Amino acid sequence: MSGFEPVIAAQSNNLPPGGAASSPPRQSSKGFWQRAVRHRSFMAGGVLTLLVISAALLSMAWTPWPAYEIDIAQKLHPPSASHWLGTDMLGRDIVSLLLVGARSSIAVGIIAVGIGISFGVSFGLVAAACRGWAEEVIMRLGDFTFAFPALLSAIMLTAVAGPGMATSITAIGIFQIPIFMRITRGSANAIWAREFVLAARASGKGKFRITIEHVLPNILSILIVQATIQFALAILAEAALSYLGLGTQPPQPSWGRMLNDAQSLLFQAPSLAVYPGLAIATAVLGLNLLGDGLRDLFDPRLSRER
Amino acid sequence: MTVFIFRRLLTLVATLAGASVIIFLVLDALPGNAAEMLMGADSSPEAIRAMTVKLGLDQPLVVRYLHWIGGLLVGDMGNSYSYGTPVSELITERLALTIPLAIMAMLLTVVLALAAGVYTAANHNRIGDVGVMAVTQFGIAIPSFWFAIVLILLFSVKLQWLAAGGFAGWGEGIVAGVRSLLLPTISLAVVQAAILARVTRSAVLEVLREDFVRTARAKGLSRRQVLWRHVLRNAMIPVMTVMGLQFANLLAGTIVVENVFYLPGLGRLIFQSISNRDLIVVRNCVMLLATMVVIVNFVVDVLYAAIDPRIKATEL
Repeated sequence: MSGFEPVIAAQSNNLPPGGAASSPPRQSSKGFWQRAVRHRSFMAGGVLTLLVISAALLSMAWTPWPAYEIDIAQKLHPPSASHWLGTDMLGRDIVSLLLVGARSSIAVGIIAVGIGISFGVSFGLVAAACRGWAEEVIMRLGDFTFAFPALLSAIMLTAVAGPGMATSITAIGIFQIPIFMRITRGSANAIWAREFVLAARASGKGKFRITIEHVLPNILSILIVQATIQFALAILAEAALSYLGLGTQPPQPSWGRMLNDAQSLLFQAPSLAVYPGLAIATAVLGLNLLGDGLRDLFDPRLSRER
Repeated sequence: MTVFIFRRLLTLVATLAGASVIIFLVLDALPGNAAEMLMGADSSPEAIRAMTVKLGLDQPLVVRYLHWIGGLLVGDMGNSYSYGTPVSELITERLALTIPLAIMAMLLTVVLALAAGVYTAANHNRIGDVGVMAVTQFGIAIPSFWFAIVLILLFSVKLQWLAAGGFAGWGEGIVAGVRSLLLPTISLAVVQAAILARVTRSAVLEVLREDFVRTARAKGLSRRQVLWRHVLRNAMIPVMTVMGLQFANLLAGTIVVENVFYLPGLGRLIFQSISNRDLIVVRNCVMLLATMVVIVNFVVDVLYAAIDPRIKATEL
């Protein structure tokens, strides 16, 4: 299925709880980049991700044809010199639609992961700092949210608020919250157990200062890796929702929507169903590889056998 | 063990109660007036008023919630606004498709994933391992509904072996039914299997490094014997966690895939009910799916304890 559920997250959750947040590698940035350019999956992921980001940026300045221009006379053209990948059933240029579609995917990803990080990380940090009943309440609330895969909460929200980009972003964002919450709490707890935190407490720092000055910086790398993976899941979720007609609404182009349009034309124009899927796969593959690479680079001990 | 199961059971009930409150609040409290939505904006205020009373929407929130839960406990989910039939009948009818689909997909997922995971771990860093892992990386990246469309393109449009969608119905015999669920099953399973295969591989590799594996080899067991007798059982814990999560994914995934193949299952019912603004069906379907997700996770937790007795000692 559109694997937008916490499964990939669970892979990283499987890290041994103590080891997950072992001491932060504080190499010089030069060392980091030297290792980075030699890391195959980091480079491959980076290139693919940059490709998608530049497609989105390019679409703001230039597309081969106006993406919203309907020209029925030009409908379902095969690839040609003027329309590199042909046109859809409304005569719109496929390349232009794909470029603008990248923008929708990235926008949804950024906002949804943003929601997940800001709420999830805050709750997770509070849970780790306060322990006791506060931790219990926060984590149980997280359990409730886990009962609703992103698609289910999106369906509920759509049923009451109507379909649209805002609804799908909210649904995907809400679903990201408990994932970030768990990973934050887990790794923050490990940091709280370390000697340098004890030293900070002994020197009179409060819980808030310790969280900001010691805990957060030390779990940042784990959070960045998780954010990369969640970004990929958000793109998959957005595509599924738009495909179902619950997400981005026409005429705003989106990859999922393009697949929905293409499905009714499978016999006349099968290739229309191929390009948007490849675009989604490129974006997700790129982000996943990037996440794997970052995990290795931030802390080699974190990397599992791969 | 009993205490452990009892504790987990309490959590299960609490989670379900919490989930039901969330569902109720989102679907019943927020939308304003369901009667108005149902009757259309231009119907007379009296008609809307009458409908409100008929649906019980004039009752206080708590009463309506308790009414719903009370009904659920005795299997009464109320009547669908748009179909006019009991929701429980509608759902049972649709589950006859969704449950077999989810189970077939899960079985295929597990078979593919364990085979690929154990194979790659046993051939760590050889060409087969690298190749299979590259394939799984792609498997994780493709959306299952797109994979479904590609399967339709290949098997229905090009080769014309299977129908592009629709469901023959179990009345036509098991073979016809399974045949029409074949492509949906594959499209759901392959993507999930890619994820599970990676988890299986790292779990098996981790166990292979343990001391007891060396001991087993030293006492003369062959590599194969060690793998099947000692490694697999110990590697199952993380694999099962992910399996539990994946069953939830599969259930949600059926919603999308049923729409790709025009299958009359639970997912399509939810989807049609949203377009019909049939909130009572949506509410009960979402509750049902959430319940299944929670129960599967409960079963996984209990199975953990059965596989690894240390777990209940440490209290989850």
